[in-house]
Amino acid sequence: MPEIRNFSIIAHIDHGKSTLADRLIQMSDLVGKRNFRNQILDNMDIERERGITIKSQAITLPYTNAEGKNFEFNLIDTPGHVDFSYEVSRALASCEGVLLLVDASQGVEAQTIANLFLAMEHDLEIIPVINKIDLPSADIDRVKNEIEEELGLDPDGALLCSAKEGTGIIEIFDAIATFIPPPSMDIDAPLSALIFDAHYDPFRGSIISCRVFAGQVRAGDTIRLMSNNTTYKVEEVGIFRLEREPRQALYAGEVGYIIAGIKTVSDTRVGDTITLDKRPAPKPLPGFTEVKPVVFSSVYPVSSEDFTSLSDALAKYKLNDASLIFQKDSSAALGMGFRCGFLGLLHLEVFQERLEREFDQYIVMTVPSVEYRFLLSNGETVTIDNPLYYPDPATIVKAMEPYIRASILIPERYVGQVMELCMERRGVNSKLNYTSRQRVELQFDLPLAEVIFDFYDRLKSVTQGYGSFDYDILDYRENDLVKLDILVNEEKVDALCQIVHRDRARIRALAVCERLKNEIPRHMFKIPIQGAIGGNIIARTTIPPFRKDVTAKCYGGDISRKRKLLEKQKRGKKRMKMIGSVNIPQSAFVAVFKTDT
Amino acid sequence: MPSHRPGLYIHIPFCTRKCLYCGFYSVPSPSHGLVSAWLSSLKHEVLHYRHSFAAFDTLYLGGGTPTCLPSEILSDLMEWVLKHLPFSSDSQFFIEANPGDLTKEKIEAIKAMGFNRINVGIQSFCDPELKFLGRRHDATEAVLALQRLKDACVESIGIDLIYGLPEQSMDEWLRTLESTISFRPEHISCYELTYEKGTPMWEMKKQKEIRPIDEDTERDFFLMTDRFLEEHGYIHYEISNFAKEKRFISRHNIKYWQHVPYLGLGPAAHSFCGSRRWWNVRDIKTYCKLLEQGKVPVEGSEVLTDEQILMEYVFLGLRTVKGIDIKRIADIPGATETIYRLEQQGFFNIKNGTAIPTLKGFLMADTLSSILLT
Repeated sequence: MPEIRNFSIIAHIDHGKSTLADRLIQMSDLVGKRNFRNQILDNMDIERERGITIKSQAITLPYTNAEGKNFEFNLIDTPGHVDFSYEVSRALASCEGVLLLVDASQGVEAQTIANLFLAMEHDLEIIPVINKIDLPSADIDRVKNEIEEELGLDPDGALLCSAKEGTGIIEIFDAIATFIPPPSMDIDAPLSALIFDAHYDPFRGSIISCRVFAGQVRAGDTIRLMSNNTTYKVEEVGIFRLEREPRQALYAGEVGYIIAGIKTVSDTRVGDTITLDKRPAPKPLPGFTEVKPVVFSSVYPVSSEDFTSLSDALAKYKLNDASLIFQKDSSAALGMGFRCGFLGLLHLEVFQERLEREFDQYIVMTVPSVEYRFLLSNGETVTIDNPLYYPDPATIVKAMEPYIRASILIPERYVGQVMELCMERRGVNSKLNYTSRQRVELQFDLPLAEVIFDFYDRLKSVTQGYGSFDYDILDYRENDLVKLDILVNEEKVDALCQIVHRDRARIRALAVCERLKNEIPRHMFKIPIQGAIGGNIIARTTIPPFRKDVTAKCYGGDISRKRKLLEKQKRGKKRMKMIGSVNIPQSAFVAVFKTDT
Repeated sequence: MPSHRPGLYIHIPFCTRKCLYCGFYSVPSPSHGLVSAWLSSLKHEVLHYRHSFAAFDTLYLGGGTPTCLPSEILSDLMEWVLKHLPFSSDSQFFIEANPGDLTKEKIEAIKAMGFNRINVGIQSFCDPELKFLGRRHDATEAVLALQRLKDACVESIGIDLIYGLPEQSMDEWLRTLESTISFRPEHISCYELTYEKGTPMWEMKKQKEIRPIDEDTERDFFLMTDRFLEEHGYIHYEISNFAKEKRFISRHNIKYWQHVPYLGLGPAAHSFCGSRRWWNVRDIKTYCKLLEQGKVPVEGSEVLTDEQILMEYVFLGLRTVKGIDIKRIADIPGATETIYRLEQQGFFNIKNGTAIPTLKGFLMADTLSSILLT
């Protein structure tokens, strides 16, 4: 029997996690180079393009060491972004150890530390690995120093590798075998298995990825999901190789999949415990929470006759993304659509891209919003995630918005700029900790609404790429919140309105007007663009009309060219939304939330 | 006057030297060998179409610079064309000429070949502007050439001009227009300078060596041109074209704007017949090679759907005072209502079911076509 080791790779974004995962797969006994494809764990195109992993997945790697001893290494992949920290925690709960990957030139960053804390909370064995040592900018001594000072880990235990060039990989395998403890294997206890992921298969329904902590499960068993006591009959169990590989049973200590005729992934919640219906575990595994969306936005088809098609696409999308929530919504400007909730802005952006790319939907999304609470004069508290439903200002006694605690890790020299950025974003209660001699952890309480725009991009730019960021949701706090309306050609565009702090309203309004001015093509008439609070115009700009628009020559060959241009424009119009007499391109709605103030 | 009989265009792919703005296909200072190879290929091409078209009522020799070729070559070509292709008795024969080539002898030779309409590429009567454009003639030569044409009693003289040069003032342009009308030419074309991709002028713009005039100035030039020439009795019948009288409206050019069939011969020439459009290869050597092999030198073709024909009908109709027959656009969703709305806004005059673009309409023809068609 091979020995089992369950582990994850944790790293700050871009530190080479996927490349290392590729190498481990490639150099295990599982695959020859023949059918190897870069970044096997990332199934989706977007993930490959953006270099991030969104859905966790697992793979079982057979490995034989120099002494001829056989192992089965279960690599559990984790999403690498702050929006998905709950999923990360469930993946880590399924492991006994982690490879903590640090880029040899970037060094320790905010997510490295956040991930380390998560790993420590789960009592995992931590093996530091310094990656990208082949880079000319690699500074191994400095990084070792950071590992010691900032992470408090033994730098001599750090392994060196270049996942790209394939060096140091065998040493990593041996360290996994040596240092990560084997799982406990109480196969006679009642079944207790942790769901750390689920994905949708059109023929089989939800494929549950799980780690068995106790007992065993096999086809024919009736399982029970402990969060809601639903029961299902198991059709198949197995482990993940390059493809699913059915097995007789999954035993305590193992990582694999269960197929049980569950129709959607929404019925299989990450963090839930699976047990047997006849002989249930006394209590569920700890740590289950229901994930709640924090960012909301409405999605509309560009052309209203595509509503049904959008509706179908969302239903299909939801099959594979349990954290997306949506319900019907309508807008005067944009017609019928859906209000959607997301775990964060990245989740939203991925959603938008996938809907367009994989589901062929032309969509318009509204300005993202957080969930606000308003205490009204009648004593009632209303919760609003859509600025359209901002209450009558005369009835508002108290307006509240969610805050986060941001942890920002930066080289000392950027403290000034980052403080300024956070203050500008209404940050309060700052704390400054020196994690090492040149490095600082800044803590700030920030309104979530200020972070969901482009906070992370701005942080990257003011710190020239050296700043990193992580956050936790804190609480609700009272603020002076107003509704900012945007008028295009004197018409209020409801899809563009947003709730903002009064002090920030003007600067936000100006930015939105400028963005719209750059995105909306000129028309034959002058188009005023205005920002308003109630009846007060607080910002204004104008798109000048065409003064002259005619081609001088149109003979033989010019005619086809001109026609093709018009045909192209006609196709482009499908991506425009007519508001009053103004054509607003889809890109204008997107540009509004890329606003950089 | 408009006719439905086909027109013939022959592209002369040669010139003495390339002007900086010109995007047409032409080979500067060609060798004798290349010219004879081209002529013999062109003769083959003529034979290919011997029985394909009904009698033409126009022939247009364009380029390039047709007049840069020796008269013997031109008359050899004309003899061949007239011998092998059918022409109606009232045909009009156009030739594009460079003022620098128009000696008395050349004019006589051209007339003898049958050309009765000579379009002279004057471009400007201002030397620094001619230099900027990379023209080889100067203002004095332009005046001399026009006088010689007048003296030779050519049936119709056309003057081609370019305006809207960087830093050109309205006064300078008006002086060119004044000089132009002093010759009372039967036809005037005023083209705003366009930056064609691949030309030195385009490159200069890209490198920011020159700064094109802004849109407001373009508009002023366009409006001033119209006002000046109309005041002097010219009919603004197409966006860039003016005629002294109705009968001097270019019978050849309006074929392009009214889907009348035309056959284009020579490298890079375009042809249209029925719903089919085709175009010849650009490269002269490929052109000759294909004809030597007994093939037509066609590079590509398209067959227009009814919808595409209609689309072209609309944007071409926006360019001339013939306008758009509103019945014909009934099937374009929303177009009929739009055209009445645009009439209210002063872009059209609607008479007897025809929407005729106003000057304001000409000025915005591209936007109008987008509004009506997309």
